Amino acid sequence: MVDQADVARVFREEYGRAVAVLVRLLGDIDLAEEAVQEAFEAAVRRWPESGLPPSPAGWIVTTARNRAIDRHRRESTRDERQAEASRLHVSDEPLEEGAVRDDRLRLIFTCCHPSLGTSAQVALTLRLLGGLTTAEIARLFLVPEPTVAQRLVRAKNKIRKARIPYRVPQDADLPDRLHAVLAVLYLIFTEGHTATSGGALVRGDLCAEAIRLARQLAELMPDEPEALGLLALMLLVESRRAARTAPDGSLVPLIEQDRSRWDDDLAEQGRDLVRRCLRRDRPGPYQVQAAIQAVHSETPTDWRQVVALYDHLLALAPTPMVALNRAIAVGEVDGPGAALVLVDGLRTALGDHHLFHATRAELLRRLGRADEAATAYVDAADRTRNAVERDFLDRRRGEL
Amino acid sequence: MSHYLLSVVTPTEGTPPTPEELDAIMKNVDTLHREMRDAGAWVFSGGLDAPDTATVVRPRGDELLLTDGPFIEAREYVGGISIIDVPDLDAALEWGRRSARAIGLPIEVRPFHWA
Repeated sequence: MVDQADVARVFREEYGRAVAVLVRLLGDIDLAEEAVQEAFEAAVRRWPESGLPPSPAGWIVTTARNRAIDRHRRESTRDERQAEASRLHVSDEPLEEGAVRDDRLRLIFTCCHPSLGTSAQVALTLRLLGGLTTAEIARLFLVPEPTVAQRLVRAKNKIRKARIPYRVPQDADLPDRLHAVLAVLYLIFTEGHTATSGGALVRGDLCAEAIRLARQLAELMPDEPEALGLLALMLLVESRRAARTAPDGSLVPLIEQDRSRWDDDLAEQGRDLVRRCLRRDRPGPYQVQAAIQAVHSETPTDWRQVVALYDHLLALAPTPMVALNRAIAVGEVDGPGAALVLVDGLRTALGDHHLFHATRAELLRRLGRADEAATAYVDAADRTRNAVERDFLDRRRGEL
Repeated sequence: MSHYLLSVVTPTEGTPPTPEELDAIMKNVDTLHREMRDAGAWVFSGGLDAPDTATVVRPRGDELLLTDGPFIEAREYVGGISIIDVPDLDAALEWGRRSARAIGLPIEVRPFHWA
């Protein structure tokens, strides 16, 4: 028996694939979305009687294309009709896997085009590739639905009017453009991992969505080690999700986590990807971050290796946040005093960030400098908008 | 092919370039325009005089009112333009990048609705 839930599942799995093909056939994102939605409406009526077709994705694409052609015949003048019909029929090809793969890549690169703002890139990616509704995206990012709707309309309008091309970038542009795609997926993941605001520490649905998209990308670009590295990074971080929060929803730092609650399956998938990246030997920031998480996933943690990997990461991506994380690892090898010297050197760059003060607080606590630690915990708590993080910092201060 | 307007975003305040710097910029711009022509992308280019040389003609009912000065006082003004004819935004942005490098000022890349 095929029911609504089956169609909903196919929708989530195949929406992006179908829209990607239809955008190429129709040359317009809105028309493509409309056609695909109509095809799914037809599926809801048809499939309960006829059963699931052998290739649900193929059925959706064919139906969507036929509907688009019909609609066009109804709505356009005769001259336009002839011109358009020839265009639509040129692409009357079967749903061949290679061509579809290219279409999905085209769609990813269009959604993450550098001429679009980050929030537009994120919304488009979740909508068109993830098959999420406007309401779902709004819920995930805790923004009003009209805001998301407006972002999507404006972005699609710009794609059409400014003529953002629907293609995979040429080799010369690929590294930069791929970086933009990876950054969008990582942003979706990190927002899920520690929501910048709100009551819950982790928004698992957002992480799951980011992982689903990263899996797609890794599958579409198996020769790009950074795409594999990003997926590995997400899987390894995700493997510790359950252990990161206590039963009451409060935060548990890495060192104090109950390792039996880590998801070995996800961690092993992540480590396996890290090994694949190592064999390729074309390191990049996401791969090195994944390697660091892979070391963290083993017991006991080899902190010297973590420091060495942070040295590597700092060479590839010299940001203050990387330097802060490196300092934490140095603290585990050379003691909190050595780490504190490094952290204090980052005040100019990171003085406004809660993690800077939280790190100082932990180091000062371990050095037995309780008064200074208390001040640092307050400074940190004042600078986070996440309620769970704030509770954690207040609790730590209370324990001094 | 599609038309795009490349506008040079010129600051009103700040130190203007020295004559030597201006010479170097003009040389770069000449080279850039030659490259645009060679690529078949060039339609029109020009440098604009300062906004205080502008006059605005404004419909007021049946009348037309002339006002002295630009239509809006802003911290930046359009100091020059190029119109290019290229296949898509990626191609337009590539000319935008080259223009920004040649001139050393921000370049706004904007599609024509019709041309």
